[in-house]
Amino acid sequence: MSKVEVRNLYKVFGSSPHKALDLIKKGLSKEEILEKTGQGIGVNNASFKVNEGEIFVVMGLSGSGKSTLVRCLNRLIEPTLGEILIDGKNIVGCSKEELMNVRRKKVGMVFQNFALLPHRTVAENVAFGLEIQNVDQENRTKKAYEVLELVGLKGYEESYPSQLSGGMQQRVGLARALATDPDILLMDEAFSALDPLIRKEMQNELLALQERMHKTIIFITHDLDEALKIGDRIAVMKDGNIVQIDTPEDLLKNPADDYVRDFVQDVNRTKVVTAATIMQTPDSIVSSKDGARVAVRKMKEASISSIFVLNKNRQLQGIITIDDATKLVRENKDNLDEVIDKKIHTVSPDCAIEELLPLFINYSYPIVVTDDQNKILGIIVKSSVLAGILGEEGQNV
Amino acid sequence: MYRLPIGEYVEQIIDWLIENLSFLFDAINDILLGIVEGFEFVLLGVPFYIIIPVIALVAWKITNKGIVIFSILGLLLIESLGLWENTMLTLALVATATLISVLIGMPLGIWMSRNDKLNDIIRPVLDFMQTMPAFVYLIPAVYFFDLGPVPGVFATVIFAMPPVVRLTSLGIRQVTKDVIEASRAFGATSRQLLLKVQMPLAMPTIMAGLNQTIMLSLSMVVISAMIGAKGLGEVVLKGITQMEIGQGFEGGLAVVVLAMILDRITQGLGKSKVSLSNNEK
Repeated sequence: MSKVEVRNLYKVFGSSPHKALDLIKKGLSKEEILEKTGQGIGVNNASFKVNEGEIFVVMGLSGSGKSTLVRCLNRLIEPTLGEILIDGKNIVGCSKEELMNVRRKKVGMVFQNFALLPHRTVAENVAFGLEIQNVDQENRTKKAYEVLELVGLKGYEESYPSQLSGGMQQRVGLARALATDPDILLMDEAFSALDPLIRKEMQNELLALQERMHKTIIFITHDLDEALKIGDRIAVMKDGNIVQIDTPEDLLKNPADDYVRDFVQDVNRTKVVTAATIMQTPDSIVSSKDGARVAVRKMKEASISSIFVLNKNRQLQGIITIDDATKLVRENKDNLDEVIDKKIHTVSPDCAIEELLPLFINYSYPIVVTDDQNKILGIIVKSSVLAGILGEEGQNV
Repeated sequence: MYRLPIGEYVEQIIDWLIENLSFLFDAINDILLGIVEGFEFVLLGVPFYIIIPVIALVAWKITNKGIVIFSILGLLLIESLGLWENTMLTLALVATATLISVLIGMPLGIWMSRNDKLNDIIRPVLDFMQTMPAFVYLIPAVYFFDLGPVPGVFATVIFAMPPVVRLTSLGIRQVTKDVIEASRAFGATSRQLLLKVQMPLAMPTIMAGLNQTIMLSLSMVVISAMIGAKGLGEVVLKGITQMEIGQGFEGGLAVVVLAMILDRITQGLGKSKVSLSNNEK
């Protein structure tokens, strides 16, 4: 069962939403409907599932409906039509008490502009959610101090929000959301108001926290780099529609339409494309029990100047060059062991191009992609790295 | 051209009110008189050498040293002018009018902040209360109530209540949307929202309204004296009518001193807690 599931969700802003819904179903566009009926389409037939422990990013430009969508999830904005299932229970149309309970216990929220209460100390802000639930003073303060330590604000408990920097204020916002121990975190452009450096730091910290907490996080952003960095999966929104839901890499490799393609074309692919995507099967390999003559012949056949050597379990031993192998043949030796160069770079399949690039400095062999048993999965040559950066990796495989 | 007989209608309404609702006015009269006399009992019962330190202490807690010194010197001046008793009578009147204004005005302001229709209805009524010359409702007030402090309090409340109403409503409406949204996201009920978020954040604005109400109450002191309210107003009025300019000036000076002390203290009340949040921008 998904933690959160949204089925055919619509949000129409205006006085007669059902008129607009009829037109949507006839296939009219957002602009046409606005012109005809004066009704604004916030979210148009959104459906998606978010798994437990996943970071699900909703990305889109301003006005794409992403903030409306996330506010529908805890009904800060009332959906016009559709279902929202949290732990399998539809919260659209549930009673006021049930909704309160969902907001208090299940779903925490972090806001773009922090939305802290200026008249309360940091600890009192963090304890707000518990105070609302009538948790007694002692317990809620204790919990607030714990969570503040978790987000790195130990020592600031009795400060006021205005005395903290933006990044620290958002840590308070995050702590406030975590204090009620919700399973689900909604983060609405949570880092967008921060300086680039602080933002990066917060992203890293969120990922580190997530390793420990395993919350289900729905993260809204307009920043593709941020989406690619923290998202397990990304939903791209345009004009209230979800146009694609995919993993970061698939989003770059197979954009669903021109909109997504335009969106992703400027992305820094070196951070996203992985070794597994750009690796190729080696043209030829030799086994360590093969002799030097076999190695020379294989290299000549494939017109390559070096060849990887595997043992009988297909585990990587090293590499030999054609010069060394020819020398062995000339000296009438056949055992490859003495000329195997074991100083080769290996990487795991999920290594990003960014991390591959420095390995090529002063290194002329291909890089080998291996699994955790040192078995060879593929090799990467310089040209396929360049192709990967340019987004043409598909043609090489 | 046809003349609308508004004046006649008003007279008829007032006659009707006096004839049919006199029991209600009697009840209001008793309540207001009780409150005024309660304040008078305390303020006249406690000697000046205790009241002055108490006021100084309050000023010291809320404001700064300068205002503490000013309060002590100002009150001693009033005592030395022989106006202490009259000043306390005036203070009792102002306190009663302020109390009533807050008791009615604050809930009304809260209600207006949440209901646009009510807001549209009440605003012109408040304009009416603030700008209609006081003498116009002073005379009916005497019809409704006996001579003495009560019609004075009544007239003062009409004139002085609007700022509390307006600024309570304004203060609550000014609370930013995002903190309200955040509070709702954590499951706050509308009651919790009001008490834990909106009221505390609106408090500086509400206090500014309270401050205005107190100052306006003091400005009604002389007018109230015309219909029998005792206190500094009476002193000033006597000074004017009997051409005793010096005495009138002394009475006026005491009003000013009292006004300044009350003003500075209530201003400090609004600033004290939320001043931290204002450093931000």
